[in-house]
Amino acid sequence: MAADGNMKPAKKLSLKENYAMLTRGLDWEPTYQKKEDIFRMIDFEGIKIHDWDKWEDPFRLTMDAYWKYQGEKERKLYAIIDAFQQGNGQFNVTDARYLQALKIFLTGIVELEYASHRGFCMLGREFPGAGPRIAAQMQSIDELRHCTTQIHAISHYSKYFEGMANFPEQFDRVWYLSIPKSFFEDACTSGPFEFIVAISFAFEYVLTNLAFMPWMSGAAFNGDMSTVSFGFSAQSDEARHMTLGIEVIKFLLEQDPANVALVQKWIDKWFWRGYRLLALLATMMDYVLPKRVMSWGEAWTIYYEENGGALFADLARYGIKPPKYADVTIKEKGRVSHEMWSVFYANRDAVNFSTWLPSEEEMAWFSEKYPDTFDKYYRPRFEHWRQLEKEGKPFTCKCLPQLCQVCQWPCLYTEPDDATEFLHRETEYKGETFHFCSDGCKDIFADEPEKYVHAWLPVNQIYQGNCFLPGVDPTAPDFNPLVEALKYMGLKPGVDGGLLKDSIDAQRWEQWTSRPANIHEGAYTDFVRKTTNG
Amino acid sequence: MATTSTQPVFIAFQDNNDTRPIIDAIMADNPNAKLNEMPALVKIDCPGRLVVRRDTISELAGREFDLREIYINLISLAGEVDETDEEFVLEWKTS
Repeated sequence: MAADGNMKPAKKLSLKENYAMLTRGLDWEPTYQKKEDIFRMIDFEGIKIHDWDKWEDPFRLTMDAYWKYQGEKERKLYAIIDAFQQGNGQFNVTDARYLQALKIFLTGIVELEYASHRGFCMLGREFPGAGPRIAAQMQSIDELRHCTTQIHAISHYSKYFEGMANFPEQFDRVWYLSIPKSFFEDACTSGPFEFIVAISFAFEYVLTNLAFMPWMSGAAFNGDMSTVSFGFSAQSDEARHMTLGIEVIKFLLEQDPANVALVQKWIDKWFWRGYRLLALLATMMDYVLPKRVMSWGEAWTIYYEENGGALFADLARYGIKPPKYADVTIKEKGRVSHEMWSVFYANRDAVNFSTWLPSEEEMAWFSEKYPDTFDKYYRPRFEHWRQLEKEGKPFTCKCLPQLCQVCQWPCLYTEPDDATEFLHRETEYKGETFHFCSDGCKDIFADEPEKYVHAWLPVNQIYQGNCFLPGVDPTAPDFNPLVEALKYMGLKPGVDGGLLKDSIDAQRWEQWTSRPANIHEGAYTDFVRKTTNG
Repeated sequence: MATTSTQPVFIAFQDNNDTRPIIDAIMADNPNAKLNEMPALVKIDCPGRLVVRRDTISELAGREFDLREIYINLISLAGEVDETDEEFVLEWKTS
């Protein structure tokens, strides 16, 4: 090369040219197999695609850039995780109450990253267009990275605190974790176009900012260097995933006018499914974080009403309307976290994290953030329950709740226009009655009843005797189905669930750090050193 | 080129030393942008359209900047994306 003085180095390709070579030049037309035999899932949903080459990835991410920047993100993340572990970071978070949020995250969210990895693997195989296939393959690798880094980062907490070691088993068996699990299983068992509209658009683009921004900022605010680092490292991929979501929608809508109605139906369904899933996050933000960045109500105003509003204003030119029942989410924003925490508190012996009642100071914060609802509907309940705790007979729910056939939450919500009335809908299908938490979930069932009659509802399964460990004899005289069901879920009394003040984590936290296990309640044990003269 | 939309687009970055010139460049190039700071992150909102320019970041960082480096510290965004070697644009097309 050096001897050839006339040889000029090839001109570096522009980003657009480089991306075009990757997504157009590398693909080929099959010759000895029919295209419809290779891509067998692409027609049955009814979406019409005329020209896959119209697909344009606005990020134009090429392979060299992908590996380079993903590698850099990993190096940065692991440097922080090393520093966190070496610096005893597990004791530098606000308190032991904060750790309960990590348990919810580990069992409720990390597994969804893996489910998402599986879903995008399928899309990376099933899309006939090379552009979307490459985007789905990259996202599939991203999701696997998120899952592994999250498990790795949280594993350090598991060396010191209880209740995290059996997270895959709990994800499969703890009753309320069927909510996130069934959400992704619903998506993964849909066709490829419904999956991508569900996950990339309705979930990632419209809803997940609530998780990425205020929640992760909250983790940082509570001193959790590890979580905020894996959170932000994952989120740096999410911006690309979100962009894929909006690109998919535009592509489908521009390809054929007949696609509009289907896309609208999926937006309606998956916005509602995703919103119901995020109720878990509402509770984490308002009730679990000891130090808060913003309330769920404020976050919903910013990220759905303002930013989501801008998105749907933009999509109006395609004939797309804001999701059905978006108005209900706005009516519920002052209620959902309080109603949810009430259910977790009342069923605290059957969950994998500890609970507590909000302190006076916290209730004052709720009154300020939720002036229309908190004092009127929820403060009296929490004050009553606090009184019962003082009397040594804390309230617990003695029976199992009725679950919604679609989202699998207990029917715990209240009527959109009346916060004093429980919301319950039901329908008859083939001689059987099915129950729903909302009109949104009832509509989803009505559209595909044959899918949702198969839902595996934990409460129903417990009552049918399907949730006991091998060898348990339901005919034994001292047989207690609830105790046996807890064993099946892997929940141990005093370790998982219960009141925080009685938990082993709280005891150890105060013993090891000399700081209160719940900053809002003062010391639970004598281990906390007195630092004032008072 | 100009959009008539005034609906908000946004971009959010980790709040760290790497992003300081990026954030400063965006604020310099988008007179209507508003900076919202939260623990560990910054969110920049702007009506209609927001542009991230490679030149301005290179100038402020004091080195050649590859626009794709923003991926490392990017948290989230809203708006339709158009990316070239020189500019990363977020825009809503309709008002």
